[in-house]
Amino acid sequence: MSADSVRALNQRLHDLTEASADSTWRIAQPRGAHAIACGMRVAADIVIDGHAGYYCAGMNQLARITVNGNVGVGVAENMMSGVVRVKGQASQSAGATAHGGLLVIEGDAAARCGISLKGGNIVVGGSAGHMTGFLSQAGNIVICGDAREALGDSLYETHIYVRGRAEGLGADCMEKDLRDEHREDLAGLLEQAEIDADPATFRRYGSARTLYTYKADNAEVAAQ
Amino acid sequence: MGRAGLDAHLPRVRTPVFISPRPGKDPASTLAFLMAIGHDSSPFRIGRRLEPGRASNHSGWRVMCGIVGLYLKNEALQPRIGELVTPMLDRMGDRGPDSAGLAIYRDEVPADSIKLTLRRLSDELDWSDVDTALTKRFAGDVPLRENGSYAVVVVTGTEQAVVDYLAEAYPSVRIMSAGRKIEIFKEAGRPEAISKKFGFDGLYGSHAIGHTRMATESAVTTDGSHPFSTGMDLCLVHNGSLSNYFALRENLQRQGIEFRTENDSEVAAGYLMWRMREGDSLRAALESALADLDGFYTFAIGTANGFAVLRDPIACKPAVMVETDDYVAMASEYRSLADLPGIEAAQQWEPEPGLVYSWGDD
Repeated sequence: MSADSVRALNQRLHDLTEASADSTWRIAQPRGAHAIACGMRVAADIVIDGHAGYYCAGMNQLARITVNGNVGVGVAENMMSGVVRVKGQASQSAGATAHGGLLVIEGDAAARCGISLKGGNIVVGGSAGHMTGFLSQAGNIVICGDAREALGDSLYETHIYVRGRAEGLGADCMEKDLRDEHREDLAGLLEQAEIDADPATFRRYGSARTLYTYKADNAEVAAQ
Repeated sequence: MGRAGLDAHLPRVRTPVFISPRPGKDPASTLAFLMAIGHDSSPFRIGRRLEPGRASNHSGWRVMCGIVGLYLKNEALQPRIGELVTPMLDRMGDRGPDSAGLAIYRDEVPADSIKLTLRRLSDELDWSDVDTALTKRFAGDVPLRENGSYAVVVVTGTEQAVVDYLAEAYPSVRIMSAGRKIEIFKEAGRPEAISKKFGFDGLYGSHAIGHTRMATESAVTTDGSHPFSTGMDLCLVHNGSLSNYFALRENLQRQGIEFRTENDSEVAAGYLMWRMREGDSLRAALESALADLDGFYTFAIGTANGFAVLRDPIACKPAVMVETDDYVAMASEYRSLADLPGIEAAQQWEPEPGLVYSWGDD
């Protein structure tokens, strides 16, 4: 694949219909190009053999996209549905603002993984960088390794599960009880992600709900 | 919780609630942060508006530059460093279309000599005149090497003596670098054109540091281009922007560090020069920089024998590194590195925030 054929490649993928999407599409030699397989709207199977650049699989709907390599900034950003699986490592802002679907990063994720997450699920096999779950609003973030500092800073209602150590919690993020229903959710997510880990070994983090509650004191600032 | 439940918790205001006063957090710092990472969550449009067709991120707003560095561990590759680093630089042209530059380290001169990269401000100046005058005034066996508006010259004497002489005799000549190994070539214009003009792909050397610039803090000029060198054999390239550089520059000027531009990155180069003059190793100087420099940065730094990379603790600016038995390379994006030999098997990682990586010059 040459760098200037991304547009043509994505056009071919966008031209797939439900009927023609039944075979697996392989993308060879991505060479770090940006925006590969963005904007999919059918349940196609797409495999990227190599390292991809920024915004890979962004805005995905329905497609199952696997990257046999690392990805740059913003993999699966604003995903709506489908599954994106990264076999290697992911750069910053993985799964940013995703509304649905499942993002699996088998290696480590860098800073701000799941920033402003709006409902998708993210499972990280390794560790996640600082400010993971920053401003995240819904959905789940599962980290099988450690989380760096400021985990869940200013989060709303995303559930964050960490198996290793959380280096530090961000503003308004707190540890919460891991109840049966959470273990059940977690078991389901790990199963979908095909990651073998015992749900009982995770800790759960969530919002202390002191920042986003609408207080009369804040009305003037918020209205400006 | 379902979405309906979530929505019930969110206030019905268009302005995102996260700018409400937050205990212990300055709303302005949150804004600066969101701007710096160019994230769509930010409704604020501060910063440089990109013209249509120019490199942009998904929101169209971002302070961007491209930086590359290549440090050879295998001497056998030295004749090919230009051929390896030029595509790295050219591919970062999308991140920095305003200007480009490369520092190359090679041909170490004896301890009593100094190698200077000179740039003439007027094409009317004949380099052979400068060569003759410098040879007469300062002994020097190596003939001046011309490269367009640039020339590399080796003279015997101190840096200050040459600086003083050139200022007097050739005021239209600028010194772009001084040291025993460093040479710097940089200019405003499209990076690919600049690579071609200077013949970067034909260079040999031990290590090279390059930059493609999207100007934010000072004008698009050759002086405002990177790499910046503020002292013997040191150079720095920067992606990001510093916020406390006015105060830092004043302090450094009091320490005798001289600056040629209004640029923030030059202040970072001057800061490192000052620390190393005070006896710090490159690594120690960078560790001090973590405490003293405020802002967003990924730096690549070269010294006579060393190479280092540092990202600020928030790490908004990208960086990818690879290492093999033959070389260490870094770039803003992986696509810059994609054609390096043995890249498939190379160890690849993103530099950790606030951690100094250095080779050759601890």
